[in-house]
Amino acid sequence: MSDAESTLEDQGVLGAVWDHDAVKLTALVGAIFGIYVLGGVLLDFGMRQQLNSIAQLAFLIGVFAMLALALNLHWGYTGLFNIGVIGFMAIGIYTTAVLSKGASLTEPSAGTTGGFGLPLWVGIIGGVVAAALFGGLVALPALRLRADYFAIVTVGISEIVRFTLLESTFQQGQVFGYWVGLGGGSGLILDFDPTERLLGALGLLEPYTASVERIGIRLGIGANPKPVFDTLLYGLILLVFLVGFYVLLQRLGNSPYGRVLKAIREDEEATKSLGKDTNRFKIKAFMIGCGLMGLGGILFYAAQGAITPSAFRPRITFFVWIALIIGGAGSNTGSVVGGAVFAAFLFRGPLFFKNIVQETFQVNAVDTFAAAAAPLASANPIPLVVYTIDSMDQLQLVIMGLVLIYLMHNRPEGALGHRKEAASPIQLRNRRDRETDPSTATDGGQRGVDDE
Amino acid sequence: MGVSDSYERGRDLLVEDPIRAVIVVAFVILVFDLVRQLAVGATQFSELAVLLKDGLMRGLFFGLAGIGLSMTYSILNFANFSHGDLITGGAFGGMAVTYLIAGGFGAQASIGSLILVGTGGSVFGADLGIGVATSPVAVLVGVLASGIIAILLALFIDRVAYKPVRDRSGITLLITSIGVAFALRYLILFVFGGARRGVTQSGAVPTTTVPMIDGTLNINLHEASLLAVSVLLMLGLHLLLQRTRLGKAMRAMADNEDLARITGIPTERVVRYTWIIGAGLAGIAGYMFVIWNGTLHWFQGWILLLPIFAAVILGGIGSIYGAIVGGLVIGLTMSISVVWLPSGLSRAAAFFIMITVLLVRPKGIFSGRATA
Repeated sequence: MSDAESTLEDQGVLGAVWDHDAVKLTALVGAIFGIYVLGGVLLDFGMRQQLNSIAQLAFLIGVFAMLALALNLHWGYTGLFNIGVIGFMAIGIYTTAVLSKGASLTEPSAGTTGGFGLPLWVGIIGGVVAAALFGGLVALPALRLRADYFAIVTVGISEIVRFTLLESTFQQGQVFGYWVGLGGGSGLILDFDPTERLLGALGLLEPYTASVERIGIRLGIGANPKPVFDTLLYGLILLVFLVGFYVLLQRLGNSPYGRVLKAIREDEEATKSLGKDTNRFKIKAFMIGCGLMGLGGILFYAAQGAITPSAFRPRITFFVWIALIIGGAGSNTGSVVGGAVFAAFLFRGPLFFKNIVQETFQVNAVDTFAAAAAPLASANPIPLVVYTIDSMDQLQLVIMGLVLIYLMHNRPEGALGHRKEAASPIQLRNRRDRETDPSTATDGGQRGVDDE
Repeated sequence: MGVSDSYERGRDLLVEDPIRAVIVVAFVILVFDLVRQLAVGATQFSELAVLLKDGLMRGLFFGLAGIGLSMTYSILNFANFSHGDLITGGAFGGMAVTYLIAGGFGAQASIGSLILVGTGGSVFGADLGIGVATSPVAVLVGVLASGIIAILLALFIDRVAYKPVRDRSGITLLITSIGVAFALRYLILFVFGGARRGVTQSGAVPTTTVPMIDGTLNINLHEASLLAVSVLLMLGLHLLLQRTRLGKAMRAMADNEDLARITGIPTERVVRYTWIIGAGLAGIAGYMFVIWNGTLHWFQGWILLLPIFAAVILGGIGSIYGAIVGGLVIGLTMSISVVWLPSGLSRAAAFFIMITVLLVRPKGIFSGRATA
């Protein structure tokens, strides 16, 4: 990466623009979209399918990059080994749901439950605050634990959250006259549409609906183009949120506060000896990260129409960790790279591949592994291949696990983990001599996962 | 004198360690409440006996499966998150062998569906008459197979995943083990399918009835087998660790690896035996749990892993007796919590105990004694 930087630097203005991480990230995300669009063109996708594919990709890149950024604040900056990400996401979205679902003052019919009927923005703020406070509650006693114990506590907490959401005792009850509850195993129906609420608040809902119809006809999307544009718009909103996350965390990391966090990660005792109250710094960083994870959870699930506890299994935590490790813990830019690469190639890629193969060949897989493997005896591997591709949803996780093992063996510091990043919001020195004097740059993430 | 003494001590505790004081008070209140509930008949003695029995069974399983986790934690210095899926792997492997034998090697169903433990509802354990009494040979071979398969799996995983990074920090190994866990779990799902299946002929298990004060308690053969297998294996392990050179070497290595190496202990061989013993016990524990429980599914091990961690931490990492005692405490907690909590939260209660132990006494109840 540094080679590319130095050659580009000589190209003047263009080089100066390229020097910003944000530009590189935009280029990366743009390139990923390009690959997907190209894939769609090669496969003869219709416009509707193409737009859907882009919208989904934008959504996934947005959420995973955001969650990786939040986790980077915990692990990359502060060295807090949080493997309960999904628990804080669940707290976020469930709080938002309970606060913002339509109010119901009489007992609702079986299988449904009401909320407090507050505006959605109040619900979102409530969700973020709840996740942050819950994080504080966890961190307060747990901070003095070793990293591996901290990991076990956080994963235990995230499972306790899930069991609590599943529990029928909290399914429904009356609070201040409102019928609210967590919905138990059947979950909650989210009767709000975040894009619609946002457009409504901006007064753009009617022009949007009208123009969507027009554009839809012009692009030849076919009947009912609104859902396509809704998901596309939501994907864009998420990318805007991602930019917000990135700017916020970049500023936070470059502030004096962020430098203390990095110092804690490198050597907590030394930081303490400099008079910093490291525990307070750690709790605050943990709470901010948890709040952001709560927001990530809200954005992840708010547009899905319904949430059930089974969606909050630890696998999402595992996804976020892979994203972070791909990009490199300690670097915000790396986290976004990791989130985007993970979403595009590990999460969405195999399923995209599966769709391609299935649409091209139109063969049906057998139901069981036994039936698929049996023809191997007569040297016919095709049923097994078809079954394998059909089970891509499951094999994807196997691939991810192998990728994680590979990364831990060969590149535990990730793509950008070893990079030197200036820990200051302003340019520290002239462009001319920056290559020669690295002394004022702090380390972007020397701690891969290796050096405890 | 005695009263003021204990009063003094209570005050000291409250000042020095408020969390622990609260826990002691909460525990005493719960015990009193249980006695009260029994006295007024809100909980019947026979109900409590059933809960205790279930808790004991679960506890034995947690203890047996936890020994391996505790050993790898102390000898290899990392929290192995793939241990749960090793249990699942052993249980599936052992059950496949049992199905194969009970199904007459293809006489009652196709070999494929037998080996895949009746995937997709192609053959059911109840139809094959699987049980300790109804198909003793199939179960016995299954027990051995589950241990052997888990051992082979663990040795293979150690070779490809853990050995190359063994000299790095525990965190690197921990993250690697999470990768292993997911790869293994979803590979099991890929091969064996996602259905939760009944594997035993639950109607045909011999049962004896023990009269209790206000009711009866049923004990069946599968419960007795789990008890017998666990106790035998634990005893065997005790003798191995205390009486053999290997046991001594293992204890030395858990204490101080460098020192052990200097004294000429072949550390690599000890590491291999650690995996063999730990994985063998985990596989057999998983198999016996499935026989006792009657159902088998692909994420069983993961669900059981956190209570096992709880047991190991509670007992003190590295202590094998600690793992057994911790397992019993966690198992009984999960069962008896039903008296006060909704049953859906019994697992949450066990995790809560684990977290509390980590916060209050992170070295466990058998602290400071490694692998002894």
